Amino acid sequence: MIDATANNASEEPQGKTKTSLLTENARMKARNAAEKRFQYYGITAIVIGTFFLVVLVWAILSNGLPAYQQAVVKMDFTLTQEQFDEAEAATLKTRVYTGYFISALEQKLNSEGIEAEFDAVAIDRILSKVGGEIRSFYRANPDRIGEPVTFELPAASRVDRYIKGGFTREDLTSDNRFFHQTDFDLVDALVEGEVIRSAFNWNFITGVDTGVDNAGGAGIGASVLGSFLMMLVVLCLSLPIGVATSIYLEEFAPKNRFTDFIEVNISNLAAVPSIVFGILGLAVFIQFMHLPQSAPLVGGLVLTLMTLPTVIISTRVSLKAVPPSIRDAALGVGASKMQSVFHHVLPLAAPGILTGTIIGLAQALGETAPLLLIGMVGFIARYPDSFLGGFEGPNSAIPAQIYNWASRSDVVFTEKAWGGIIILLAFLLTMNIIAIILRRRFERRW
Amino acid sequence: MDDLRPMEREVDAKDIKFQCRDCQVYYGDMHAIKDVNCDLEDKTVTAFIGPSGCGKSTFLRCLNRMNDTLDVARVEGNFHLDGEDIYDKQVDPVQLRAKVGMVFQKPNPFPKSIYDNVAYGPRIHGLAKNKAELDDIVEKALRRGAIWDEVKDRLDAPGTGLSGGQQQRLCIARAVATEPEVLLMDEPCSALDPIATSQVEELIDELRQNYSVVIVTHSMQQAARVSQKTAFFHLGNLVEFGDTGRIFTNPEDPRTESYITGRIG
Repeated sequence: MIDATANNASEEPQGKTKTSLLTENARMKARNAAEKRFQYYGITAIVIGTFFLVVLVWAILSNGLPAYQQAVVKMDFTLTQEQFDEAEAATLKTRVYTGYFISALEQKLNSEGIEAEFDAVAIDRILSKVGGEIRSFYRANPDRIGEPVTFELPAASRVDRYIKGGFTREDLTSDNRFFHQTDFDLVDALVEGEVIRSAFNWNFITGVDTGVDNAGGAGIGASVLGSFLMMLVVLCLSLPIGVATSIYLEEFAPKNRFTDFIEVNISNLAAVPSIVFGILGLAVFIQFMHLPQSAPLVGGLVLTLMTLPTVIISTRVSLKAVPPSIRDAALGVGASKMQSVFHHVLPLAAPGILTGTIIGLAQALGETAPLLLIGMVGFIARYPDSFLGGFEGPNSAIPAQIYNWASRSDVVFTEKAWGGIIILLAFLLTMNIIAIILRRRFERRW
Repeated sequence: MDDLRPMEREVDAKDIKFQCRDCQVYYGDMHAIKDVNCDLEDKTVTAFIGPSGCGKSTFLRCLNRMNDTLDVARVEGNFHLDGEDIYDKQVDPVQLRAKVGMVFQKPNPFPKSIYDNVAYGPRIHGLAKNKAELDDIVEKALRRGAIWDEVKDRLDAPGTGLSGGQQQRLCIARAVATEPEVLLMDEPCSALDPIATSQVEELIDELRQNYSVVIVTHSMQQAARVSQKTAFFHLGNLVEFGDTGRIFTNPEDPRTESYITGRIG
């Protein structure tokens, strides 16, 4: 050994030139440059990604937020008993109520010194069905007759758009039955008198879809319920089936060609386009099993088929991640295979399983294509009568409703579609946050 | 090397706990254990020594059928525990493992409280009728594991929060809580520092009063310190098996001599 070192020491300095640590050599320069370059690529990618994200969020918020605002007419109004009796005795009852409202409005504008000219027809154009609304209120609450009541009535959709800036004087080429040039002045006067103002549009969240004649009244509530029922079906089916399948495949099944074949198929199913699941659901659930069309039950079944591979794959990954020493420990104290899985492996895998399931659910929530095929894009103008009836009655889902609105010509519906996207994203965000919280809470270290 | 000097050891004729004849283990095509015959005595510490990969852990895992969990492993031969064949078709390995406890190389407490770690075995085997009895069993096991004084005030603390040596003693307590007859230890001190090691070794000596202990170890000094019988494995063969004092002072086989003097291994 000593000889060898001596030889090396004498030979080496001749072949090598002496270098200083203070100066970078060419090789080091190239390596450092490559490193810098790679960092710049990364930063560029992040900047581009962030830019598009900002554009997306900005587009959604700027287009969608107006859907949550609605122009309302706010009026303090007092109806005497005599007026009520007189109106109920008339032939055109709502017309009389409209008259009362107009005189109250005139009084209010006069007292504030605002000049405006209007007639019953103009009021009808601005405030569609004001008389009907007032009448139905007093018929429902006869004890409020004689005392001042504050009404907040939704304005017509053109007024709404005029106030939001989406509809201008130039857009109206000629007077039609929906709007006249003079109505703009009236609306301006009413805004000045603080009769018309913008308010939060609860109806958009709780309401149901409407026809083209009342675009402003359309709400997403029924579709949210439809989506919720579907997610319930998906959760109740895909979680137990998926977890049971993964536990069997991962812990109990013999490793042979048949189980390999099943594994390959599960991985492939995860990549099958969702429209294929839709046509499968149409053929099997509706045409063969004669389940009702457009029902959240069927939608849930189809989405379960789609979600199962995701749940199975994520569950198997989390089961695999449990250290084998825990299994050994359980078996070593005499636990059976099943006890070791259910007492020790499954609790440790639970956060991963839950996260995978929630991500699968979120994916299913945003799925539209299979719903088109099983008919969940219909016009749903009312809530189901009962909770259980909601599963088999026709309903829509949030993404299907958005698709439906986006394909209508009225721009108010386009605004509603953007508003619906905000609801959808809020749900997805909530689900992801729940997944993160669950993971944090149940994660255990060993 | 003081430990290797012949010591006075009581080697009485004792009952045979485990009788192993013509044992073969295959991992796929590999023949890991070849024709091993040995008798393990009751209330005795038996050490398995040998170079890495010689099959000592594999043989140990045959004794409580832990090799069953590996798909590729195939075990042949006769393993008799108190005269009963443990590989008989009627034997449920779960029942066997309650009788033959095991402590692993790496401390592997469950990610649960200290109490639940120890109480798990008695619970699944139904050893306690009520909470008070279970408390007694847990206390007794933790005392036997020589860890009671350190953890008695924090039985609800997670077992994974203990130090390495404490964790291993907790695992020993967990193993003895099910009242096994044989305790298998697979290199129980390899992850521990010298002080924790000596604590565990003292514990092994105490456990000898009640159990038959089989310990796999890489440290010849440890084998000499704790065991009464030593088996030397080499390349899947049981080369030599006998009283520890004799193996370390007067080995019959030249391979044993080479190993304990440090020429192979």
